Amino acid sequence: MPDGAVAQAGAPPLVSGRAGNRSLHKFMRRKSSIALLMCLPLILLIAGLVVYPTIYSIYLSMLNKKMTHFVGLGNFTFLLSRPTFRMVIFQSVFFAVTAVFFKAVIGFAIAHFMHNIPSRTQRVLRGLLLVPWVIPLAISTLGWWWLFDPSYSAFNWVLVKLGLPSVPWLGETWWARIAVVTVNVWFGAPFFMIMYLAALKSVPEQLYEAAAIDGAGAWQKLRYVTLPMMRNIISITVLFSLIVTFANFDIVRILTSGGPQDQTHLFATYAAQAGIQSGDIPLGASISLFMLPILAVFAFFILRGVTRRTQEQA
Amino acid sequence: MSGTVATAGAIQAARRRRSSLHAERRWALWGSYAALAVFVFGFLVPPVYILITSLKSDHEIAEQGGNPWIVSHPTLAHYDKLLHNANYVGFFINTVEVALLVVTISMLISVFAAFSLARMRFWGSQTLATGVFLTYLVPGSLLFIPMFKIIGDFGLINNTWCLLLLYPTLSVPFCTWIMIGYFASIPRELDEAALIDGAGWLQMLWRIFIPVAMPGIIAATIFAFTVSWGEFLYPLVFLYSSDQMVLTVGIVSDLIKGDVFQWGEIMAGSLMAAAPPVIVYAFLMDYYIAGLTAGATKG
Repeated sequence: MPDGAVAQAGAPPLVSGRAGNRSLHKFMRRKSSIALLMCLPLILLIAGLVVYPTIYSIYLSMLNKKMTHFVGLGNFTFLLSRPTFRMVIFQSVFFAVTAVFFKAVIGFAIAHFMHNIPSRTQRVLRGLLLVPWVIPLAISTLGWWWLFDPSYSAFNWVLVKLGLPSVPWLGETWWARIAVVTVNVWFGAPFFMIMYLAALKSVPEQLYEAAAIDGAGAWQKLRYVTLPMMRNIISITVLFSLIVTFANFDIVRILTSGGPQDQTHLFATYAAQAGIQSGDIPLGASISLFMLPILAVFAFFILRGVTRRTQEQA
Repeated sequence: MSGTVATAGAIQAARRRRSSLHAERRWALWGSYAALAVFVFGFLVPPVYILITSLKSDHEIAEQGGNPWIVSHPTLAHYDKLLHNANYVGFFINTVEVALLVVTISMLISVFAAFSLARMRFWGSQTLATGVFLTYLVPGSLLFIPMFKIIGDFGLINNTWCLLLLYPTLSVPFCTWIMIGYFASIPRELDEAALIDGAGWLQMLWRIFIPVAMPGIIAATIFAFTVSWGEFLYPLVFLYSSDQMVLTVGIVSDLIKGDVFQWGEIMAGSLMAAAPPVIVYAFLMDYYIAGLTAGATKG
C-alpha cells in the first residue's frame, strides 16, 4: 500500500481540464495518496523518533546495567525499594503540584487585574509580564543561580538590610525546594496569565450585566459567571502545565544538581544522573518511565478538554 | 408634594449610587495598576539583575560590602571579552545554525502534513492528527535515555548535528497542530475556486493556504525557533566538547572552571544568549501570543 502511494504520487500532480467520471475517480484516489505522501515525513518522525524510542525505552528498562541480560521488572522494584527514589517521587509530586498551584493562582490574579485596565496599557504590561516566559529557561536560571549564591546573594543583602537573617537558599533541603519552585513559578505564571486573559476576554459581557441585574456582587460574579465559563481552559492549562512541570529538568539541574544530598531531584534530573552520569542506562530509562503513566492520564484529560472546546467553538 | 420629594430623593439616591459605582470602578482601576506594578517589578528582578551584574567589573562583583543592586563603575569589559572568546562565538554560531536548520525542517514537515491533515482526508488521518497532539505532550525528559542509545548507535554523540534529529521531535508536533487549526479555518470555497481554476494541490497550498495562514506560519516559526534556541536537556546530554556545544550549555561549561565562577561573564553571556528570542518576541508579540494560546483553542 505505501509503495503504491509513493509510485502514484511520484507522477506529476494531476490537474487539468480533463473531465469525466473516470479521471475524477482517479483524482480522488490520487488525492489520498498525495495526502499520505505529504504526511510521510511527519509519520516517519513520530514513528522513528518518538514511538520507537518509547518502546525501546521500555525494553532498555528491563535489562541489567551492562545490558547483557533481561531482568524483567527488576529495575523498577529496585528503585521502589530505595529511600532516595521514594524521595524523588515525593519531591517530583511536591514540585509539580506546588508550582502549578502558585502559577495558576498568580496567573489568574494577574489576568484579572489586566482585565480591569484599558487595553492600551494592557498591551505594554502584557509585554513586560511575559518576559520571564520568553527568556530561555536554562539562561534565566543562571541569573537566579547568581541571585541565590551562598556568599553574594543579592536577596540576602536585602534581607539583612531589613534586619532579617540571611537564608541558605540552595544549601538546606526545604529552602532549596522553595527556591526551585519559586523559579518555576516565576517562569510559568506568565503563560497562565496569557491563557486566562484570553479566556476572560471571551466571556460575554451580557452575562455580567445579567448577573449585576440579579444583584450579584464581585465575588458572586467570579464564582458563578467567570469560573464556570473558564472551567475548560483552566483545566487544560493546569493539566498541560502539570505535564511540563513534572518533566522539568533545567531548573533543578542548574540550581542544585539535585542537592543537597539528592533532596531536590526530580525524575528527569535523577534519570540523567543515574542513566548518563553513572552510566546505568537501563536504570535511567526506568526512572524516566515512571513519568509515563502519570503523563498518559493527564494527556487523556487534556485531549478530552481540547476536543470539547473545539466542539463548543464550532 | 410628597411625590416630588420622593422623586428628588430617588434621583439623589441614584446619583449617589452612580458616583459610588464610579468610585468603585476607579478604585478597582488604581488597585489593579498597583498590583500589576508589583508583579511587573517582581518578574523583572532576575533579568534586570543579570544586566546589572554583567556591567560590573570583576573587582566590583567580588566586593562583599557594597549594595549589589547598583553599578558604581559600569563597564562593557565582559561583553568585549566574550566577543573575543572563540569558544563563546563558536557556541553562538552553532546555536544560530541549529536554530535556522531546525526551523526550516520543522516548517517544511509541519506545513505539508498540516495541509494534508486539514484538507485531504485519508485513511487514519484523524488518528494521526490526535497522535500529533499527543506527541506534543511528550516531554524530552521522557525520551533522552533511549535517544542516547539510538544517537550513539548512529555515532552522532558529541556532534552538533544530532540536534537536527532531536529538536524536531519537540517542535514539529506543536507546529503541525497549530497549522492544522489555521488551515482548517480557511473557507472551503477558496479551495473549490482554486480547483475550478485548475490549480493542483501544491499550487493551492502555495498560492492560497500559505498566504492566508501567514499569521499561523509566523507563530509556528517563532515556536520552533524558541524551542531550538533554548533547549537545554538534549545538548547537555549529547554534547560534551566546546566546539560542538550550543549557548545554553556552553556558557556554564566554558565560564565555570572548577570552583571559579566568572559571574560577570556568565551574566553577560546569558544576556547576549537571551537577546535573539527576546528581540523576536518584542517585534512579533502578537504572533507569539497567538501561538501560545493556539494549543488549547485551535485544531
